[in-house]
Amino acid sequence: MATVQINLPLPVLPEGWAGEKDFKPISQLSAANDRNIEPVGPHFLAHARRKRHKRTFSEDDRIQAQANVKKVEDDDEGEISEPEDPVLLQREAKDWKNQDHYAVLGIARYRHRATEEQIKKAHRRKVLKHHPDKKAAAGGTEDDQFFKCIQKATEVLLDPVKRRQFDSVDEAAEVEPPTKKETQKGNFYKLWGKVFESEGRFSNNQPVPKLGNEKSTKPEVEAFYNFWYNFDSWRSFEYLDEDVPDDNENRDQKRHVERKNQNARRKKKTEDTTRLRKLVDDALALDERIKKFRQEEHAQKNKRRFEKEAEQKRLAEEAAKAKEEAARLQQEKEAAEKAEKAEGKKAKEAAKNAAKKNKRVVRGAVKDANYFHAGGDAPAAQIDSALNDVDLIITKIDNEELATLTGKLNGQKDGGVITQIFQDEVKRLVGAGKLKDGEAKSLSA
Amino acid sequence: MSAEAENTPTQKVAIGISFGNSYSSIAFTTGDGKAEVIANEDGDRQIPSILSYVEGEELHGSQAKSQLIRNSKNTVAYFRDFLGQEFKSIDPSPCHQSAHPIQHESTISFKIRDSEEEKENDVTVSEITTRHLKRIRDSASDYLGKKVNAAVITVPTNFTEAQKAALSQAAKDADIEVLQFINEPVSAVLAYDARPDAKIADKIVVVADLGGTRSDVAVVASRGGIYTVLATLHDYEVSGFKLDQVLIDHFAKEFIKKHKSAGDPRENDRSLAKMKLECEAVKKALSIGTTANFSVESLANGIDFTATINRSRYELLASKIFAAFARLVTHAVEKAELDPLDITEVILAGGNSHTPRIASAVGNAFPETTTVLAPSTSPTAINPSELSVRGAAIQASLIQEFDVEDIEQSTHPMVTVVPHLSHAVGVLCISGDESHGIFHPIVDAETSLPVRRSAIISTPREGGDVLIKLAEGAGHIKVTKPEPKPKKEANEDDEDDSDEDDSEEEEEELRERTWKIGKILSEAAIRGVKKGGKVEVQINIAADLSVNAIFREVGAKGGVRGILSSSKVTQNGSA
Repeated sequence: MATVQINLPLPVLPEGWAGEKDFKPISQLSAANDRNIEPVGPHFLAHARRKRHKRTFSEDDRIQAQANVKKVEDDDEGEISEPEDPVLLQREAKDWKNQDHYAVLGIARYRHRATEEQIKKAHRRKVLKHHPDKKAAAGGTEDDQFFKCIQKATEVLLDPVKRRQFDSVDEAAEVEPPTKKETQKGNFYKLWGKVFESEGRFSNNQPVPKLGNEKSTKPEVEAFYNFWYNFDSWRSFEYLDEDVPDDNENRDQKRHVERKNQNARRKKKTEDTTRLRKLVDDALALDERIKKFRQEEHAQKNKRRFEKEAEQKRLAEEAAKAKEEAARLQQEKEAAEKAEKAEGKKAKEAAKNAAKKNKRVVRGAVKDANYFHAGGDAPAAQIDSALNDVDLIITKIDNEELATLTGKLNGQKDGGVITQIFQDEVKRLVGAGKLKDGEAKSLSA
Repeated sequence: MSAEAENTPTQKVAIGISFGNSYSSIAFTTGDGKAEVIANEDGDRQIPSILSYVEGEELHGSQAKSQLIRNSKNTVAYFRDFLGQEFKSIDPSPCHQSAHPIQHESTISFKIRDSEEEKENDVTVSEITTRHLKRIRDSASDYLGKKVNAAVITVPTNFTEAQKAALSQAAKDADIEVLQFINEPVSAVLAYDARPDAKIADKIVVVADLGGTRSDVAVVASRGGIYTVLATLHDYEVSGFKLDQVLIDHFAKEFIKKHKSAGDPRENDRSLAKMKLECEAVKKALSIGTTANFSVESLANGIDFTATINRSRYELLASKIFAAFARLVTHAVEKAELDPLDITEVILAGGNSHTPRIASAVGNAFPETTTVLAPSTSPTAINPSELSVRGAAIQASLIQEFDVEDIEQSTHPMVTVVPHLSHAVGVLCISGDESHGIFHPIVDAETSLPVRRSAIISTPREGGDVLIKLAEGAGHIKVTKPEPKPKKEANEDDEDDSDEDDSEEEEEELRERTWKIGKILSEAAIRGVKKGGKVEVQINIAADLSVNAIFREVGAKGGVRGILSSSKVTQNGSA
């Protein structure tokens, strides 16, 4: 809240001034202008908060303050609530190697995720509760075993190197891989996801990719399994070492134990690597997505093949069709040609017959025209020459002209007319240059 | 396991983006709430908003800017104002020396060769903006090591909804979720107010932004950290380009004088582009040093040209533009119906505000009580080019935790439109009599309601009973001519007096800001104040104009409480 400092003095209260409870309202404020304020800055956000939740200034101040306070309280509560196991309280400090340091400090639910801050707080809390002096004051025993456990646990957990060693062999943080049967119920991703998350804590490379779910894409799944097959682990097994004798007397013994420890570590590390590898193998074998991707790939390939085959088939069919079509056309053509030929033959024959008939008519006409003889029976010479001439004409003219000639002659009985027709014909032929003048003597008249 | 914490599907990484016509910049807020401007791969904090295409390769920023000379047809520049506009309503003149805007359906596009093929493509302005924002986002992502996916973008106050929608879409295509658009001047005020040593006070700020292609002036009332824009003014004539032009003309004349046969370099496109780039550099150099070198190789006809210019020469040449800018600022103040005396601060923003002369020209238009925040006048001034982007980054850090609906609801007119006091509310000092008393405001005019303020007021030296008169006051400028004898209220500090440069009156006159006492709102009495004691007054004004006031002696319990019900309520009550 902004405070204005005003250095000018207030007026002195005039004599006789009086008001109810020392306050006298006189008038109201003049009307306000509506304007758009800019939605920018922290003070606007406070304004928006007040307006939207319909709070007054002091209400908002209080609620904001409460919200800030609550956060701190929440944090504390979350850490206190872990109950202490009576068995744990009976632990001997000597046996610190086997104790669960996180459980001793009451932060078993955080385990390797506990921050240094959390460990310190937990330690402080436990110390306040289990300090031997407090126990003694309360009339209890002088038993400080659990207190020593607490100190040891803090010592291990606050030393990053020792903490890593402990975390490496922290069995309580392990998640057993599910059996094949369990994953068949469709909770593969849930069960295996937990396993990989727990294994992922040993990774030098962070962040560790997640198992994902059935909707994960192929590259995601591939990246996941690649990561796990090339897993870079910091897990080590010093914590399980046999105690090295600390006396200076027996150096050989000491070295022997050291060597043994080294070998044991190496062996355990190899075993761990194999175990992890098998674990990933198992998961991979059970992973439905891999099968799905393979099927999809297969389907894709098959699809391509099918498409190719279909295309080929279609091309072959088209070719066959084209061939058939060509053959049919050829056949039709041949048949037509044949028919045409037969037709031609018939026509020729008919024409021949017609010509024969026409010739007969023409020759008959000569007879009707009395062989072009003027009167009486024609002499033999006349007949011969007339017939010769007519034959000559017939040989000189083609079938069509013959047909016209026949047409003219048909039905003509008058010798004169017939003679005239023949003479015309001869004239026409002479005109066309087919006959020489005077060749058809009997008709040249 | 640890996965839960990391599992937040899309963690928002928000930055502030200032997307200008000539330059863009990006900033983020560090863990301790300080805004920091990010440099791109070229080391530029001011990234030219230019894209250029060479054989299918995309160049961005200053690399693209240098292409304006050789490859102007495939270089897109100054396109911000085209976004979301129709072809008929744009001013293509800034693009004269780059790819020209053309009409494309209902929007605007550029015909450029942006692929390796030998053909020109129509690329819409929103596509260009998307590409530009993508490059900017990549720079920010590279710097932060996290993928940036959200931003607060600053826009001019006259950006229309359609333009905002187009920009929002373009940003979305570039994988940036726009958390909020904020106005450039307000962003600049926020940048100053977010400094750790800044005190939140009631003030009226003028933000003057002299950019490359346009100038914007806004008068902003800042009341307890809540900002209200009182007036804005835009000018497309007074701009940085005009300053460049002045230098171009100057050097072109020099060149012609020396090389008469070579011709005017302004008539050749390439020479002009070279001069433009060099003049911009000269202008920047003159903001820092007192002389600068102009040197262009093969300016025209293969002749190299070198010249020097000093600052006073430049200031003489550009004096008209400086004066025009100062005028623009005073016009904005007039538009807000205020007097230069009312202005507490002038914030100079935009690249050209580095020019010392601009700061002094603007400063001359205001009384000495007004602080001008520019690099040349105040050593603590923030780089004017970075003002708006810093504000955006701060706003981004404030709201990046919120959901989209939350932001939408908060920026809804329901929340943002609020009543503002039309008159200041304050107390009468020295005398309860209206003719003698001096009004001192507690809540200034144009303060958004509801508001809560308190004041600590001195009492007469000997203590005793005091009268507290709450009244409305109106600001008033008292003009005192020196010839007639000064009036009675001359007992105030002479600091408030100042001579006015912009007023055309020939004789000097004293102008001071005084208060005219308006309606008396209430009277209250505190009895028996100790000697040297002080009185605390707390005023709550609700949105319905009802006033709740508490008067008490500092340190004492109880006190007097008074309520003035709002006018509306009274009317209802009587009816």
